Amino acid sequence: MTINEIQDQIIEEFAQFGDWMERYEYLIDLGRSLPPFDERHKTPEYLIEGCQSKVWLFPSFENGIITFSAESDALITRGIVALLVRVFSGRTPAEIVDANIYFIEKIGLRENLSPTRSNGLLAMMKQMRLYALAYKSKQEHS
Amino acid sequence: MKLAKSIEEIRSDFPILSTKAHGKPLIYLDNGATTQKPLQVINMMEELYRTANANVHRGVHYLSDLVSDRYEAARETVRAFINARSREEIIFTAGTTASINAVAFSFGERFVGEGDEIVISGMEHHANIVPWQMLCERKKAKLKIIPFSDEGVLDLEAYRNLLSERTRIVAVTHVSNVLGTINPVKEIVAEAHRHGIPVLIDGAQGIQHGLVDVTDLDCDFYVFSGHKVYGPNGIGVLYGKADLLNELPPYQGGGDMVANVTFEKTTYSVLPFKFEAGTTNFTGAIGLAAALDYLSTLGREAVAEREQALLATATAGLSAIEGLRIYGTAPHKVSVISFLPGVIHQYDAGMILDKMGIAVRTGTHCAQPLMERFGISGNIRASIAFYNTEAEIEALVRGVRKVTEMFA
Repeated sequence: MTINEIQDQIIEEFAQFGDWMERYEYLIDLGRSLPPFDERHKTPEYLIEGCQSKVWLFPSFENGIITFSAESDALITRGIVALLVRVFSGRTPAEIVDANIYFIEKIGLRENLSPTRSNGLLAMMKQMRLYALAYKSKQEHS
Repeated sequence: MKLAKSIEEIRSDFPILSTKAHGKPLIYLDNGATTQKPLQVINMMEELYRTANANVHRGVHYLSDLVSDRYEAARETVRAFINARSREEIIFTAGTTASINAVAFSFGERFVGEGDEIVISGMEHHANIVPWQMLCERKKAKLKIIPFSDEGVLDLEAYRNLLSERTRIVAVTHVSNVLGTINPVKEIVAEAHRHGIPVLIDGAQGIQHGLVDVTDLDCDFYVFSGHKVYGPNGIGVLYGKADLLNELPPYQGGGDMVANVTFEKTTYSVLPFKFEAGTTNFTGAIGLAAALDYLSTLGREAVAEREQALLATATAGLSAIEGLRIYGTAPHKVSVISFLPGVIHQYDAGMILDKMGIAVRTGTHCAQPLMERFGISGNIRASIAFYNTEAEIEALVRGVRKVTEMFA
């Protein structure tokens, strides 16, 4: 599936929920189901510090594919982290760099990516792109 | 004591309280961050811009005289509100942070040198930490910290032991913005004065909850912000004893703070103008006076009593939630209640409460060393004002219960 197909899939999943409570309950479930994060990577190097919640993001790059694992100390943030990992992990650097992310807005979670929220999510998205850019230039120069 | 108005009348004075948040009636419990403004303040500000706007202390013309008189009347209102001895001891600033920075600079320039010590407490807001750290860095001085107990009570014995012949100033908060503790500032001042050390009291969280009498406290500086006491943003007060203020150099140079300027030498104006360089926020000052008048009219003791009653409801309701921990259980508290429901992250809880229309603050509340003291990354703070209702407090308790169910 392409990045956009996954985004559309997520939008469809969220469309079944009647109210905000159900959406957040689903996010909490997603947060709980996020695969465990390797404790050895819980270092300042991989920490994206927000004022409200913290996010850790660890990238690996193999055979032209970037895999992300991530973690947050807040469960709802972790649910959104899970969605971002689902969209961005297992992609080529070019796919990530060129991606246009619209699903967050469509599922009514835009406030969570506001720069004033400072929960680490916006910085996490930027960081994912930065990693992708770095791997992309590495590919081009190797 | 009874409030001069019914709660319905009071709430209709604050138009913002009828806001809908996410389709639900707003329950505003973030009064420690900023308070809402009554129509008496809003209308006053509007009226000023319509009818009385000109620069203060500058012109001989009609409007300038008009607004200068009102600005000085506002100074008198503040003086009376905190019971300072004279009007010249009231300096208008941009807020608490600006006031503390002013003292840290001016006092520091005059009195602090290498190896000297400054005493603050472990429950300070960053605004009463960082300016002193910056001073210490400039002057190679040392910061000493008064510890506090798990309940949120300052250790006065440790405080006494911290005072030394190198201590130049003590800067302590009147009320903890996180724990709600009302510190025994009168005692703290008296102890410092026994050693001839002046004391600054950060009143940002104290001024709005009851009586502040700087003459009775005998503090050397008392600072607060307008926006936390139902007044406008961008205005604050630095109260200082005249003798001490007279000894300090100004911290900003500019117009209105000078007596005579030549390129060779400038002499400074008298108090309070020496510390009010440039065009001041005179509309803010007049708006602040309107806010203080509003509180005085309601009855300051009655305001404090009502807030204590609401605090008791909140404390009882939240304490009954299993696994919930309250941070700050000092015997003397204002209507601020910080808590964590079990292991639920404050941000998660805050987001769900927001969706219910309940505005609380989550995070470190600009007091990271305090959070570290408790070993937490932050918590949830409900800060209650007299315009809140028992029903709103009950909605908060229900909301927190719902949160604990969702994250169970």
